[in-house]
Amino acid sequence: MPEPPAHVAVSIEGVSKAFRLPHERVHTLKERLVHPLRRRSFERLQALEDVSLAVEKGEFFGIVGRNGSGKSTLMKCLAGVYSADAGEMWLRGRMAPFIELGVGFNPELTAHDNVLLNAVMLGLTPEQARERYDAILDFAGLHAFQDLKLKNYSSGMQVRLAFAVMVHVDADLLLIDEVLAVGDAAFQQKCYDVLQDAKRAGRTILLVTHDMDQVQRFCDRAMLLERGRVVEVGEPREVARRYMAINFASHGDEGRPTLTTGAGGTGRAIIVKAWSQDADGTHTTTFEQGGVCALCLRIRFVSDAVDPVLRAIVSDPDGQPVFVAASEWHEPLGAFVPGEILDLAVSFDNWLAPGRYSVTWQVLHPGTGRRVMAEQTEALSIVVTGSRAGGGVVDIPHAFDFLRSGAAPERLG
Amino acid sequence: MSDVAYRVTGPATGSEDPRRFWHLTLTLARMDWKVRFFGSVLGYVWSLLRPLLLFGILYLVFSEVVGAGDDVEHFPIVLLSGMMLFFFFSEVTGSAATSLVDREALVRKVGFPRMVVPLAVTLVGAFNLLLNLVVLAVFLALNGVAVRWTWLLVPIPLLLVGVLATGTGMLLAALYVRFRDIKPIWDVALQALFYATPILYPVQLVQERSETLTHVLMASPLATLIQWTRRLLLGDDTPTAASAIGGAEWLVIPGGILVALTVLGFWVFGRTAPRAAEEL
Repeated sequence: MPEPPAHVAVSIEGVSKAFRLPHERVHTLKERLVHPLRRRSFERLQALEDVSLAVEKGEFFGIVGRNGSGKSTLMKCLAGVYSADAGEMWLRGRMAPFIELGVGFNPELTAHDNVLLNAVMLGLTPEQARERYDAILDFAGLHAFQDLKLKNYSSGMQVRLAFAVMVHVDADLLLIDEVLAVGDAAFQQKCYDVLQDAKRAGRTILLVTHDMDQVQRFCDRAMLLERGRVVEVGEPREVARRYMAINFASHGDEGRPTLTTGAGGTGRAIIVKAWSQDADGTHTTTFEQGGVCALCLRIRFVSDAVDPVLRAIVSDPDGQPVFVAASEWHEPLGAFVPGEILDLAVSFDNWLAPGRYSVTWQVLHPGTGRRVMAEQTEALSIVVTGSRAGGGVVDIPHAFDFLRSGAAPERLG
Repeated sequence: MSDVAYRVTGPATGSEDPRRFWHLTLTLARMDWKVRFFGSVLGYVWSLLRPLLLFGILYLVFSEVVGAGDDVEHFPIVLLSGMMLFFFFSEVTGSAATSLVDREALVRKVGFPRMVVPLAVTLVGAFNLLLNLVVLAVFLALNGVAVRWTWLLVPIPLLLVGVLATGTGMLLAALYVRFRDIKPIWDVALQALFYATPILYPVQLVQERSETLTHVLMASPLATLIQWTRRLLLGDDTPTAASAIGGAEWLVIPGGILVALTVLGFWVFGRTAPRAAEEL
């Protein structure tokens, strides 16, 4: 393959990579000597298979895929850590890798020494590394801890330091593997700001992530890998939709309510089961955005109860409630005797943003006291798929109205 | 911003850019050095104090108490120069063996010329050797050894020991990635080599006993280089490497071993190191 054209920053052509996984790891000479004739058996793991890709200069490119889909292997091949079995890779400009949450720190060295070491490893001269040291520590916000050995750093602090080093080595091409999973929200935002600046400065960014929201917000284009093969390259939205579909299709927990954690309350009632179903009454936990979603519950009363209130709380993965349905705004339910069973369903047009949600059920005593009869936190987990993610918590159906007025300006010339 | 397209071919052993290669080696060596002395009160003073104390003890024990080599002129210097070179060799090969595995965090995340890792180990060893030479100079003065022009040639055998140690270290480093029992095996081998090298006893003692044994012991390039260094330091009363081994023609053997080990070390490392990140 000849050198790629000038506007291409990363060119990958037919790259394959397989790992040999020994069935039993022979790690000592003794084992080899004792069993010299034993055939060593291997399992071949095809981590990458015929992957081709061209990333334009200045592009913010996302690479998504499930665990073990080959994303990190591809990054390591590009970073020059692994050598590919077949195919060719070309890079244009200097590359800085950020792999497995770091740039290779030594826990026995201070932050100061680690920064200098890694800045040199990533391509600076020792003088340049010393010049930029302060800027790096400022960015990481870790000046106070510069003489602390790295092993005493929290993982978040290490990632901050590593990221700070990476963005200060003047790379034209940033390879970032899962950086933003660690670090607090403020630092994550800072990272994105820096990446946006880098992009504006004409640098190319390859970002591996599991966060479809990030992909859609930041990336110009994205690629979906599955079992080492390219499934799709294109619009982030479309890639994210495919990712969601692949990801949740194989979880295979359709129709099985997951009664798991956190039962509690005064015990006046018992939650027998919780499940979810679609418009046709089919049990499922995966819902297409825009369709009907019904959250169902069966409870059995243990003692007398009058006008119990039922609440379904739908929360996002951070535990933030995004939607609460409570029966107190509806007709009172009346009195129940011990042994009586109540089935109920809350159905709604599902305009939640694509993603995973948990549902918590509560059975409350009437009144404002919010005394809990029975509670099942994270009684079930549902997944919303769809491609209309606007970046908000919900995607409320909406309409745009436009009204243009005034005369159109005369076209000149 | 550089705008040159280049092919990614996976981790290299060496580098086309000698400046960068040197920067990497130097930085890594400096950090290795720091790790070693971090947290000790006297810090770097130890690297000078340690050989001084050790040599002082050996000097006392062997020249005053045991009285070995009484009939050898400047036996303390013969002893110390031998120890010094052997320590250099054992330090470099011992640390080089585990170097790729010790640097796992870097090797798995950054693509850089892999040979930097064992070379940094050699550099640290060479720096320690330099400090030890200062200590040796002190003992030379104490012993009243006359200054002679052959001292200027001492760097040649020292450099060759460095080459031998680096080659052997690379071979061990490449093997250690796959076979973790290389380390204990090598530790034992070094012990054996120490006693099989005329260091604690003068080579003349061996010559008196058996000619065959002399040929065998001096076949080790390390023994030959140590003897050469002694001759350059002390002059005519010390046997040359050629006479120690029993004739100049015999020098082909240690010379051949030196070249073979070094070439083998570089070759095996060059073949294995690019895949080290996957094997770790």
